[in-house]
Amino acid sequence: MEKMICGKVFVAGDNIDTDQIIPAKYLSYDPSTPEERKFFGKYAMSGMPIDESGLPKGKIPFVAAHAFTSPYVLVIAGKNFGCGSSREHAPLALAEAGVKAVVAQSYARIFYRNTINGAYIIPLETAERLVGEFDTGDEAELDVAKATIKNLRTGKSFPLQPLGDVTPIIEAGGIFEYAKRQGMLK
Amino acid sequence: MNMTITEKILASHAGKTSVKAGENVWVEVDVLLTHDVCGPGTIGIFQQEFGPDAKVWDREKVVILPDHYIFTADPMAHRNIDTLRDFAAKQRLPYYYDADFVKGSGVPKPYSSPTATSYKGVCHVALPQAGHARPGEVLLGTDSHTCTHGAFGEFATGVGNTEAAFAMGTGKIWLKVPNTMRFVFNGEMPAYLMAKDLILHVIGQIGTDGATYAAMEFDGPAIYALDMEERMTICNMAVEAGAKNGIIAPDAITEKYVKARTKKPYKVFRSDADATFASTFTYDTKDIEPTVAQPHSPGKRATARQCRDVKVDRVYIGSCTGGKTVDFVAAANVLAGKTVKIETLIIPATTDVDTDLDTFKVNGQTLRQVFQNAGCQIAPASCAACLGGPEDTFGRAQTPMTVVSTTNRNFPGRMGHKQAGIYLASPLTAAASALTGHVTDPRDVMSIDKPIGRA
Repeated sequence: MEKMICGKVFVAGDNIDTDQIIPAKYLSYDPSTPEERKFFGKYAMSGMPIDESGLPKGKIPFVAAHAFTSPYVLVIAGKNFGCGSSREHAPLALAEAGVKAVVAQSYARIFYRNTINGAYIIPLETAERLVGEFDTGDEAELDVAKATIKNLRTGKSFPLQPLGDVTPIIEAGGIFEYAKRQGMLK
Repeated sequence: MNMTITEKILASHAGKTSVKAGENVWVEVDVLLTHDVCGPGTIGIFQQEFGPDAKVWDREKVVILPDHYIFTADPMAHRNIDTLRDFAAKQRLPYYYDADFVKGSGVPKPYSSPTATSYKGVCHVALPQAGHARPGEVLLGTDSHTCTHGAFGEFATGVGNTEAAFAMGTGKIWLKVPNTMRFVFNGEMPAYLMAKDLILHVIGQIGTDGATYAAMEFDGPAIYALDMEERMTICNMAVEAGAKNGIIAPDAITEKYVKARTKKPYKVFRSDADATFASTFTYDTKDIEPTVAQPHSPGKRATARQCRDVKVDRVYIGSCTGGKTVDFVAAANVLAGKTVKIETLIIPATTDVDTDLDTFKVNGQTLRQVFQNAGCQIAPASCAACLGGPEDTFGRAQTPMTVVSTTNRNFPGRMGHKQAGIYLASPLTAAASALTGHVTDPRDVMSIDKPIGRA
């Protein structure tokens, strides 16, 4: 697990469902096939209504046309991030696009479990709503160990909730590695 | 013992006499369900982690139902069905329901008759029809609407590919025991209401994250008056409130349905009278009206009458939550002898439901005849445009149109176009809207005196 994540943030609102994170029409790509897997990065967040893509202004594509990865390494969101379909393609798409962590007020449970079991991204929670505290494109510094995120433009720092029970699974690098460390799998 | 039904099932599968909400437990899995969208990814992870020749933990416990991307020319969708087919053959899986007519390129020619194929259709309707939903069990599925099967008094929840691959190799899953929120529906079910109205009413009240990480347990005389298909609709949409599972304790109606479809023994659990619930919500059905969820959230509740000025371009009747036999009987009761005013699409969830279109009758006509005479288009069984799907999917919203749909989710772009506005509604409300061309309370087009979907 990365202890310090620095880079540009992308800001989204509440109830970003997995159809917005990766629209259904791209689900026929097989994530097990490397040459197809990269397309999930290309189309990550492409289901967002354009006016809500990249707050506060909107109309900012998460991935530029013809690109396969995003300039944003952090996603800041409101409540219930990742609701809807159970598609693991959603956290996978964010990871393929280059996202390292999401900071949201809350997550839908299947998405949350998927991020951890597959070790795609680190799902962090905040008690405080950070959607208005960051603009898309701001540089931020996320200290995973200290559980803080700092907006380098404003200089303001915000506390994050501790990861809690799931820390050993994230540190192991997913559910399979964790089970091996626990002696459940050879 | 003061445990809920969810706690009892999880305790019994964790080898414990009791568990408490918040506790983390390893649980034995009874059934693992997957389909053509998440199956290939699950199989990929399974083979990578356990080895290319590894065997599934129990071939009797893996159920594979291709259903999502069937009637499309998308070559990758065809390839995905080949992947399932090859895996099922290699593993000698007895419960693989092949879309045997998907061969070669182009849009597959549908099954010649619903009884002439091993294909079943939408997994959450097909799974109980084939006898794989049983009380007291733990069911995992690579689909968020796996919570449907809580209607049978089992613990059923959606998982991702990695977790499914883990269970495929080990038969186990790590779970946090959820809190239980209890929803009690008192009173008789009026004839104009269906299960969809009840669950949209609840989601509108508690919000799309109102039950995050919780179990939603449904109870009360109005729930137990419902047949199994209607109970499935209620539990199906528990995930739209963020729940881990929805559950209804079994009764004689549950057992009759299950025993008609499987000989496998099962165990009935019920919540104790002194079980601990995180919260209890109580409703009287006479206070609930035909309900819709407005664009773009299942939680954006309104009554159908509040939306009567909304002009509608298309009515879509299908999916795991609105394409069952009970749903088409309801729609046919509204449409019999009448003509639709707008494009109306009928998509049976499964081949069994498709068969029922020719055997169930309303006013002396089969359901299929009612729909054909009313001017509806009927498609073969599949998930179709419930989730948009590939560009050539039947019923996909290709423009910023307004659709009244019996499906379960209406986030932006869910049925295709990002600006398409989807109103979720019961089949009665959907059919009534088809007759008028705007969102319509079924009571405003007919007097409804025949309750539908009552056990």
